[in-house]
Amino acid sequence: MDKVNLLIAGVGGQGVILASDIVGEVAIAAGYDFKKTDTLGMAQRGGSVISHLKIAPKVNSPLIAQGDVDILLAFEKMEAARWAYYLKPDGVAIVNNHVLPPLSVNLGVETYPSDDTVIADIKRATDKIYLISGTSMAADLGNVKTLNMLMLGAISHFLPITDQVWKESMAQRLPAAILEINDRAFEVGKKEIRNDNLR
Amino acid sequence: MLELLAGNEALALGAYHAGVMVASAYPGTPSTEILEVLSEHKDIRTDWASDERVAMEVGLGASYAGVRSLVVMKHVGLNVASDPFMSSSITGINAGLVMIVADDPGMHSSQSEQDTRNYARFAKIPVLEPSDSQEAYDFIEYAFDLSETFDTPVIVRTTTRISHSKSVVNVNKVRTEHNRDFTYNVSKYVLLPGYARARRPDQYARVAGLEEHAETFELNQITLGSKDVGIISSGVAYQYAKEVFPDASFLKLGMVYPLPKKLISDFADGVDKLIVVEELDPFLEENIRLMGIELQGKDIFPTIGEYSPDVIAQNAAKAGLIDNIVVSNKPAEGLPKRPPLLCPGCPHTGLFSILSSIGKRSAPKKTTDINNSGLVICGDIGCYTLGTYPPLSAMDINVCMGASIGTALGMERANVDKKVVAVIGDSTFFHSGISGLLSAVYFDSKMTLVILDNLTTAMTGHQDHPGTGVSAQGDQTRKVGLEQLIRGSGVNDLEVVDAFDIKTIKSTVKKALDADHLSVIIVRGDCAVRIKARSGPRAVETEKCNDCGMCLLLGCSAIQKDGDKVRIDATLCAGDICTICEQVCPRGAIELK
Ligand SMILES: Cc1ncc(C[n+]2csc(CCOP(=O)(O)OP(=O)(O)O)c2C)c(N)n1
Repeated sequence: MDKVNLLIAGVGGQGVILASDIVGEVAIAAGYDFKKTDTLGMAQRGGSVISHLKIAPKVNSPLIAQGDVDILLAFEKMEAARWAYYLKPDGVAIVNNHVLPPLSVNLGVETYPSDDTVIADIKRATDKIYLISGTSMAADLGNVKTLNMLMLGAISHFLPITDQVWKESMAQRLPAAILEINDRAFEVGKKEIRNDNLR
Repeated sequence: MLELLAGNEALALGAYHAGVMVASAYPGTPSTEILEVLSEHKDIRTDWASDERVAMEVGLGASYAGVRSLVVMKHVGLNVASDPFMSSSITGINAGLVMIVADDPGMHSSQSEQDTRNYARFAKIPVLEPSDSQEAYDFIEYAFDLSETFDTPVIVRTTTRISHSKSVVNVNKVRTEHNRDFTYNVSKYVLLPGYARARRPDQYARVAGLEEHAETFELNQITLGSKDVGIISSGVAYQYAKEVFPDASFLKLGMVYPLPKKLISDFADGVDKLIVVEELDPFLEENIRLMGIELQGKDIFPTIGEYSPDVIAQNAAKAGLIDNIVVSNKPAEGLPKRPPLLCPGCPHTGLFSILSSIGKRSAPKKTTDINNSGLVICGDIGCYTLGTYPPLSAMDINVCMGASIGTALGMERANVDKKVVAVIGDSTFFHSGISGLLSAVYFDSKMTLVILDNLTTAMTGHQDHPGTGVSAQGDQTRKVGLEQLIRGSGVNDLEVVDAFDIKTIKSTVKKALDADHLSVIIVRGDCAVRIKARSGPRAVETEKCNDCGMCLLLGCSAIQKDGDKVRIDATLCAGDICTICEQVCPRGAIELK
C-alpha cells in the first residue's frame, strides 16, 4: 500500500491521541507524507474521540472522506459501530471488545447496543472485522493504559512499516519506566490479527 | 529537519524563530497551545493576560517599545480585544505586531461561529491564512515582515482544523531578533482626535499599498490546471478543494485581506467557470464581486458549519461540477451519544446538585417540570457550563464569558418572580466577571453570586490566571486574592465553602437565597483532573442499597446502573478527594472499597 487512510475511534482517556501521534511519527520516519486530525469536542474525559490519519506520498486534506477509510481501529465497541460507515467496502475493522457505557446508559435513559447489533452495524460496511479483547489483555499485562500500544501492534500488520521503526518511535514517546510493558502490549496486539478473531 | 507538528506548535515555533520577544494571550480553544508551547522558551517573555483586551494592549505596548510581539486569542477573544484592536490600526506599530486569531467553524468548542476576516476589513488590518502546519510555521515570519513594512498589526487567521491537525514541517530557520529603539512619538501614539484624524488617510493608503503588494506576494499562488474550472480558496478549504477538484486551476490566497485585484481578474479571465471555496462567510466572494467579477460560491457551498472533503464533494456534485458520488454506507442509527460531562470528582458537581435540588430541577425516579423552579440560574462559560445537562439541569442562561452577573442583574431589574443566582468560574471571574460584580454592588443587587473556584482555567487545559499566582512560564509571581478583591469591591456577605462539603454548601446557598442583600459564595476545590494521587475508589454495598436513585442525580459518570443495581466503576471513581456520592446516599451504602 502506498496510501493508507486510518480512522482511530475511542473514548477520552483511552490514549487515542498518543496512538495516532505515534502512527504519524513512524509514517514520517518511513519516508511518507502524513497528516492527522483529532476531534475531541470540549470534554476532558469521557467524550467520543476520533482521529483521522492519512499516510501517502503527498497528503492534502487531513480529514478522510466517507467511504475512504482503509482501516478502522476502534478502542471501544460502540464507537466501532458509530464510525464503521467511513470504511471502504474492502476495509478492515479492528475492534476492541470492550464496553464503556455513556452516561445516558448509566442513567437508564438509553440502552447500549447488543453485540449482535454492533457486529451487524460494522458488517454493513465490511466483512473483515477483527474482534480482540484488548482491554482485558492489557489488564492481564498489568496496566490497562497499554491498550493503545496493543492496538498499534494490531494495526502494524497492515502498514508498510518495520517493527524497528515502531519501537524507536515508542521509545521516544513513552517514559522509560513503562516502555517495556508497552513493548509487550505491542507484541500481544500484533498476534491478535488472526483468523479465529475474525467475525 | 522534518517534524510532525500541530498547527499551533508550528505557529509558536514560527513566532519564536521570527524573533518574538513578548507574547501575551488568554486561553481559548483552539488557540491555547500556541502560548503554552512558546512558554517553554525562557529567553522570551510570555504571559497569560487576565483577558484578551489586556493581552492585545500588552502586545501593542511591547511593539511600541521596540520588540516583536505576539498576541493570541480565539475568535471571540477578538470581540473582547476589539477596542484596542481598532485603535491599533490607527497608531500602527513600531516593532512587528502579529495577532493569531483562531476561528472555530463548526463550533467544536465555542458559543458562536464568527469569521475573523470581517474584523480585518473593518479595522483595515491585513490577514494571512495558512493551510497546514508547514504554512503555519512559514507565514508567521511573513506576517512580521508585513507588519514592519506597512506599519500595521497583522492577523494570522487559523481555524480549529489547522490549529489541531498535525502535519510535516520542514523546520529550516533559526531565531533572529529584530529589535528597534523606542522613540517618543505623540502624534502617532496618542489618539487625541486631532492626531487620530491626521492618521486616518494613512490607514487607507496602507490598504492600497498592501493591495499592490498582494499582486506579486509569493503567498498568493496560481497553479494552472484545466481551463474549465478555476478555484479561488485559502486555508484548510483549499486542501479539501484540491482533493475534490484535482484537475482544476487554483488561485490559493495566502493573504485573504486585502486582495490582489489584477491577479484575481487575470485568473478569472483564464478559466471558464470561477468558483470560490471558503469556510464561513462569503468574504472572498463578496470582495471579488465588488471588483465586477462573476463567480459562484455560497450558492453551492454552505456558509454555516465546518467544511470537509465530503461537504465540498456533495455540494459540488449537487451543482453538477463533479460526477455524483455514491455513498454506500449510512451512519448506524440509534446509538447513544457521548456528550461531554463533568468529570468524576469534579468540584463543580456538588454545587450544581444542590442548586438542582433546591431549584426542583431533579428528583429521584421522577420527572420534574423546570417551570416549577423557584430559581433562575444565570451561568457562564467554562467546564461548569456542563451543569446545564440533565440530571443536574442547573443552568438557564449562558451567553458569553462574564455575562452571568450582568444577565442576573437584568433579571433582577426586570423583577423576575424567581430568586436570581449567578454562577461563574474563577478564571472567568478574573476575565470579565469582576466588572459585573462592580455593577452588582453599585446596583445594590440582592442576587446570590457563586464563584466556582477550582484554582485553574480547567476547560482549556489548566492555565494559570491572576488568582493562581503562577506565570505562564511556571514562575511564582504575585497573586490576586479573590476574597480581598471581592470584599474590596464592597461586598459584605462573603462565604468560602469546601466544594466537597455538601451540607455546608446547602446551608450556605439557602441562607444566601433568603438574604435581602448581595451574597457571594466561593465554592473552592481542586480540579480532579489535576490530582494524580488518588485513594481507593468508593463502592456500593449492595445489601444496603435500595436503589433510591439519589446518587445517580449527581450525573457522575463513575456511578452506573446495572439492571436495578447501582455500581461504581473503580477505574473512573476519583476516590476520597470527592466522596459526594457517599454524602448524598441516605442509607450509607456507599463506602471506601
Ligand atoms: C472571550 C473568550 N475567551 C476565551 C474563551 C474560552 N474559554 C471558555 S471558558 C474559559 C475559562 C474557564 O475557566 P473557569 O472560569 O475557571 O472555569 P473552569 O473551566 O475551570 O470550570 C475559557 C478560557 C471564551 N469562550 N471566550
